[in-house]
Amino acid sequence: MSAILPPSQRIWWKEPLDRVELMWIIIAFVWCMVMFFMMPYWHVYGKQNLSSETYRTTPEMFAKKAQAMVDKYKVREETAENIPVVAPPAGSDVYLIARLWAWWPMLELENGKTYRLHLTAMDYQHGFSLQPENINVQVLPGYEHVISITPNRSGTYGIICNEFCGIGHHKMVSRLYVK
Amino acid sequence: MSASELFRTCPRSGLQFHQSAETLIKVNAVAAVVTLLIGGVLALLILLTRWQAIHLIQADDFYLYLTAHGLDMLVVWIIFFEMAVLYFCSSTLLKSRLATPKIAWLGFALMVIGTLTFNAAIFTGNATVMMTSYVPLPGHPAFYLGLILFAVGALIGCFIFLGTLVVAKAEKTYEGSIPLVTFGALTACIIAIFTIASGAIILIPTFLWSVGLVKTIDPLMYRTIWWAFGHSSQQINVSAHIAVWYAIAAIVFNAKPMSEKVSRMAFLLYILFLQLASAHHLLSDPGLSTEWKVFNTSYAMYLAVLASMIHGLTVPGAIEVAQREKGYTKGLFEWIRKAPWGNPVFSGMFISLLGFGFLGGISGVMMGTEQLNMIIHNTLYVPGHFHATVVIGTTLSFMALTYFLIPTLFGREMINPGLAKWQPYLFGLGMGVFCVAMMGAGTLGVPRRHWDITFAGAALPYEFAGTASLMLAIMGVAGVVAIIGGAIYIYITVGSLLWGKRLDAGKYSVERSVLRLPVQTAYTGHGTAGFAAPGTFVFALVFLSAFVLYYFVNWKYLSTVWGLS
Repeated sequence: MSAILPPSQRIWWKEPLDRVELMWIIIAFVWCMVMFFMMPYWHVYGKQNLSSETYRTTPEMFAKKAQAMVDKYKVREETAENIPVVAPPAGSDVYLIARLWAWWPMLELENGKTYRLHLTAMDYQHGFSLQPENINVQVLPGYEHVISITPNRSGTYGIICNEFCGIGHHKMVSRLYVK
Repeated sequence: MSASELFRTCPRSGLQFHQSAETLIKVNAVAAVVTLLIGGVLALLILLTRWQAIHLIQADDFYLYLTAHGLDMLVVWIIFFEMAVLYFCSSTLLKSRLATPKIAWLGFALMVIGTLTFNAAIFTGNATVMMTSYVPLPGHPAFYLGLILFAVGALIGCFIFLGTLVVAKAEKTYEGSIPLVTFGALTACIIAIFTIASGAIILIPTFLWSVGLVKTIDPLMYRTIWWAFGHSSQQINVSAHIAVWYAIAAIVFNAKPMSEKVSRMAFLLYILFLQLASAHHLLSDPGLSTEWKVFNTSYAMYLAVLASMIHGLTVPGAIEVAQREKGYTKGLFEWIRKAPWGNPVFSGMFISLLGFGFLGGISGVMMGTEQLNMIIHNTLYVPGHFHATVVIGTTLSFMALTYFLIPTLFGREMINPGLAKWQPYLFGLGMGVFCVAMMGAGTLGVPRRHWDITFAGAALPYEFAGTASLMLAIMGVAGVVAIIGGAIYIYITVGSLLWGKRLDAGKYSVERSVLRLPVQTAYTGHGTAGFAAPGTFVFALVFLSAFVLYYFVNWKYLSTVWGLS
């Protein structure tokens, strides 16, 4: 008479379903399908979808491209370490390096404009976490991930690392400006 | 049938224990509780550090303890206890002798050696790599070796379980089909074999990489295969603790499943689809196509979600039907009002069910939605979710089962039953608030695995909203309450084993009984409007409303963030 004993009906698979169970299975299944439908729907009508555009890269290749961008679009330097702040034109490719334990360089973007953000990690895995927007993307060494971003509010944002990357992990934090 | 095998029948529960199996169940359960104690001490230190106002320990110790806490709790405590559950569900429930107990001891020894090995690597400061040990972050070879040894030991345990099913069938120790609880344990065992195979596929090359024999391990490949191990190992827990829910419903209420077919089909869905849900850890990764992500999480995962929603109805539904049979038929909810809330076996199980469904289940689906994952990935929301599934769900249900096993298996009277009555409430509700606060902090962007969210000493610190510190403080207080609950569990368990009054456990003899088919009785049916369990159905609709509402709140929030394509 219980779940720790064999089923009392030898042919238990022919027992009829109770109405409660049947109704719940139908309701739950419909809800599961609604949740499935939401993802492709958002790819068509939503504005926040993570790009899957990815290339293989090496630290050297990526650093070269980032350096070229800095040389061309640097507007100033900040902090004691003289981290360059770059203001690339709207629609351009912007590069952000994640390494132990810093983001390089700092970006200054325009509100409402779209940029192609290239992300990679130079050493270990890192986590791109834009605050307070709370947009979070995994950053892997060897992979160049290209995401089109369109800032929708002006202000000063923080970029923190949210993938554990060693003892200096909690000091890996930078800024991003939107004008 | 070997004649020298000794059995005893517990005079209180009527369960028949095979002597060799009984000893193995005991040692595995004891090893589990010892690890829970270690993991619990680490939990307290970690908690008091993330509670930013206290910020107790230094950064290097924090990351080290976090690595050890993750593995000792999520892997060691739970899997040792699951070995005990597997042996119990096969040998004890089927009234069979355990297959090859000597080899089961080998498995146990490997698990102990493995645990000591990787803990040595961690505590000497050579493997502060977190539980996930994402390459190319390097750990000491002993770390990976320890994990591999532990996994091999657990794999042996799985095959002992399967072997015991074969023995029971061959020696005709039971009639008809195996009980539902054993079926659930079988599900857990099958998922465990898949899980351990995935673990071997990725951990063996990583071990070779750590000793210099393999040059590189691709980080994305590592993540893909590691999560087939890392997430699936949590589905072993889900299957195991749902089997425990059914067992407790049977033990406390003599409840039988509403329908064997539905419950077994739901377990089958876990085997078919749960593993693919591992993909939801990779939703914010580069290099994987959108179609791959959507297929693996939705098609696969939502059918597994369906299975959990079914169990979420059928377990309390079975209790409701059994209670109505006993005469608690007034209104929709008399059956649950008059349930034995002072019995920790029941209250622990029921809080586990509620916490797992409302907190763990709903938050898990949010994280497993491709686009929503971006506003959750690697924030404190993630540990908020899995503490609800694994601590409230799995750990609390195992605690509840322990209160049944102390007299039945260990033959001791529980010490301090007055305190035990409160334990599930302290632990379960403390953990519940803890998880909600963590999810709240995660929604505000607070990262997981992070020593200092004030970024003191950084050149460009970011300042989180004041609410984030409030959330961390609530997490801290609730976490301390839960840890007190955990300490009480360990005190009662260890205390009962050491100085609890000895009970008559039944004599060992070669005589044994066979598990007969239960007498066929039909329920008389006390539901309303053709519903056998109307109260449970109302609960299920409340759950669904919360689920739907919260799901769309998250989409609304997503729609306000920067455009991404």
